[in-house]
Amino acid sequence: MNRTANPKELPLDDDNGPLYVAQKKVYPQSTSGTFRRIKWGLMAFCLGVYYFLPFVRWNRGLGAPSQAVLIDLPNSRFYFFFIELWPQEVYYFTGLLIVAAVALFLMNSVGGRIWCGYLCPQTVWTDLFYAVERLIEGDRRERMKKDKSSDPMKLERISEIVLKHSIWLLIGWWTGGAWVLYFNDAPTLVKELVTFQAPMLAYVWIGILTATTYLLAGYMREQVCTYMCPWPRIQAALTDEWALNVTYRYDRGEKRTSVKKAAELRALGQQVGDCVDCYQCVAVCPTGIDIRNGPQMECIQCGLCIDACDNVMTKIGRPKRLIGYDNDVNIQRRQEGKAPIYRIVRARTVSYSAIIAAVGGIMIYTLATRSLLDVNVLHDRNPVAVRLSDGSIRNAYTVRLLNKSGYDRVIAIDASGPVNATIHVIGIDSVTPDRPMIVVPRDSTSELRLLVTASVEGNPEKSIPVHFHVTDIGLGEVASATDNFVAP
Amino acid sequence: MTDHHSDIDSVTGKSTTGHEWDGIKELNTPLPRWWVISFYLTIVWSIGYWIVYPAWPLISSNTTGLFGYSTRADVAVELANLEKIRGAKMVALGAASLADIEKDLALLALARAKGKTVFGDNCAPCHGSGGAGAKGYPNLNDDDWLWGGSLDQIMQTIQFGARSGHAKTHEGQMLAFGKDGVLKPDEIVTAANYVRALSGLPTRKGYDAAKGEKIFAENCVACHGDGGKGNPEMGAPNLTDKIWLYGSDEATLIETISQGRAGVMPAWEGRLDPATIKAMAVYVHSLGGGK
Ligand code: SF4
Ligand code: SF4
Repeated sequence: MNRTANPKELPLDDDNGPLYVAQKKVYPQSTSGTFRRIKWGLMAFCLGVYYFLPFVRWNRGLGAPSQAVLIDLPNSRFYFFFIELWPQEVYYFTGLLIVAAVALFLMNSVGGRIWCGYLCPQTVWTDLFYAVERLIEGDRRERMKKDKSSDPMKLERISEIVLKHSIWLLIGWWTGGAWVLYFNDAPTLVKELVTFQAPMLAYVWIGILTATTYLLAGYMREQVCTYMCPWPRIQAALTDEWALNVTYRYDRGEKRTSVKKAAELRALGQQVGDCVDCYQCVAVCPTGIDIRNGPQMECIQCGLCIDACDNVMTKIGRPKRLIGYDNDVNIQRRQEGKAPIYRIVRARTVSYSAIIAAVGGIMIYTLATRSLLDVNVLHDRNPVAVRLSDGSIRNAYTVRLLNKSGYDRVIAIDASGPVNATIHVIGIDSVTPDRPMIVVPRDSTSELRLLVTASVEGNPEKSIPVHFHVTDIGLGEVASATDNFVAP
Repeated sequence: MTDHHSDIDSVTGKSTTGHEWDGIKELNTPLPRWWVISFYLTIVWSIGYWIVYPAWPLISSNTTGLFGYSTRADVAVELANLEKIRGAKMVALGAASLADIEKDLALLALARAKGKTVFGDNCAPCHGSGGAGAKGYPNLNDDDWLWGGSLDQIMQTIQFGARSGHAKTHEGQMLAFGKDGVLKPDEIVTAANYVRALSGLPTRKGYDAAKGEKIFAENCVACHGDGGKGNPEMGAPNLTDKIWLYGSDEATLIETISQGRAGVMPAWEGRLDPATIKAMAVYVHSLGGGK
């Protein structure tokens, strides 16, 4: 990152500090404002989707699961509304992962670590847990006092603590419960869960997710973001001088002093900043840092310090956004008396957008045009070829027909390539010689053993490509695969 | 070694562990407490594990743990379950006729799956994992069958074997014409060239076709039939085709005629259950070699 700030104003990283620091408990204060509202909204949206999506129904016809989003592990299917994916189509997930990764890069190059501050599950649940804590134990000051007090525990305090942990566990339990619903028909599983009929695995997973939610959101909190998550390390390499980051505009803030003192100094015509050193920005920070020290790895860009400071600025009648989404370039420019410039469209963001559009486009295209009939061919390896008593050569293949549609199909198989080749499918006495037909039931695969026989004459090559065409004789839909016909 | 509490690093002011390598000392930076606690917990856990589960080997047995749990018993239960699930299907397989199995794609798939694993366990040592055979061990993928290649014939061969000692086994022997003094060496060479000629292979210079025919008629026709077409009743191979179990070069043929051949295939009846033998027959037939 381009550090345009005067180095003297920024504290140096303490390289001689201890490698491990005992956790300092953070007591973030509640605040209100634009970013807090955005965070509430996104939290409601994310949790709403997560908790209720398994209950959304989707009619796929008889025999098919009617759950809109379902990961059907026993049958190796993934259902997402109108999309049904087979194991052979894992590349869609690869594509999705690429899009997700690049979208993260794009967000980062536009607004820094905003994923962390607004959308990351760790942030969302931690925020929810803090809300519960605040509701029961009170705001920052009260919580600090209660934790410090060495009085013998009063009944009131004990009941508070019990209530808090019960609600936390309840949220964790619901989180684990929602998780398993993605792998099973939700209403059925809920019924089974309450009547203790559900598979053991479901209870185990609910247990695991209850525990992780409770521990990560209740205890680990910002420690996850600073010590466990790899993203802060990566994002430092992805950001540039144009990326907006939550920034303390020290061009407005020096020197920091109380409201009264500032007024006096201003009256004397002295240089004085807007920051009144009230520490509100520090009090609300969920990672417990002082953003006025400049960009820091711990900052998750949640914007709460912006809200806190804006409230202070409004009260003392100074312009808002002493802390705001900004970058070092602009601080520099303002110090030089130039107008700030913001650049969202730049090479970096354009290339990220282009990659997202390209990968997304390819995925949509292949999804829209993908065929519901498919054929895979595997050549026998042992032996690769057999010489028959009349001297001709035979190769054997395992042919797998995939019928991904919702209806049974009659499929005809042709093979072409070697001269004068005949084909035979084990178990099928062909009515039409050399064009065996077979019924493949809906949403299933059939595996066949297919023999191709050809004489040596006319096929002098050691290896000849052989093309397999499978045709739905009702609809005319065709799929093909190519392999080789080899001589011994 | 110095007492590490008194050994203070002059730069950082911290105590060292007292370990020194090439003048470099190690600072005493203790592990985080949570880490140490987890470590102790794993030790406590492992002790509990020894007590609850079978763990320590004794001289002739082992400690069985508190609940007598054993993975072996677990496997037995799993296997029994599997048998229960598979049982019905294998019964269906056992009940169906060989021809019906091949016509029913579901039964065929089951028979092939079952046959394939059993083949791998029992037949692969001789016939190869894919049934490609080797010298003296027939290739089961081709269309040449010593004892017949129909479903029933294949099943019979698997059940009773060839020269296996089983009461119903295939019998038949290639005589040792040289060793037993029936043919003289030069007659054997002529006979070898005669059978090469039968399947269109070149013969050596000076080979007398008429003499060959006479030797063949007098000695070989009884088993290999008129014209050398072979006889599956006696396991006598067809000598006019392109497939040779022991090889078709002159030297190998001379050896075959001189020493005789008598490959053995064990009988599988009694070693494999009837449904499995059926599955095997279907599998072998579907390799491509069936007739
Ligand atoms: S410094 Fe501000 S934006 Fe960063 S984590 Fe703290 S409150 Fe959020
Ligand atoms: S909240 Fe604003 S005024 Fe208060 S200390 Fe932070 S930056 Fe300064």
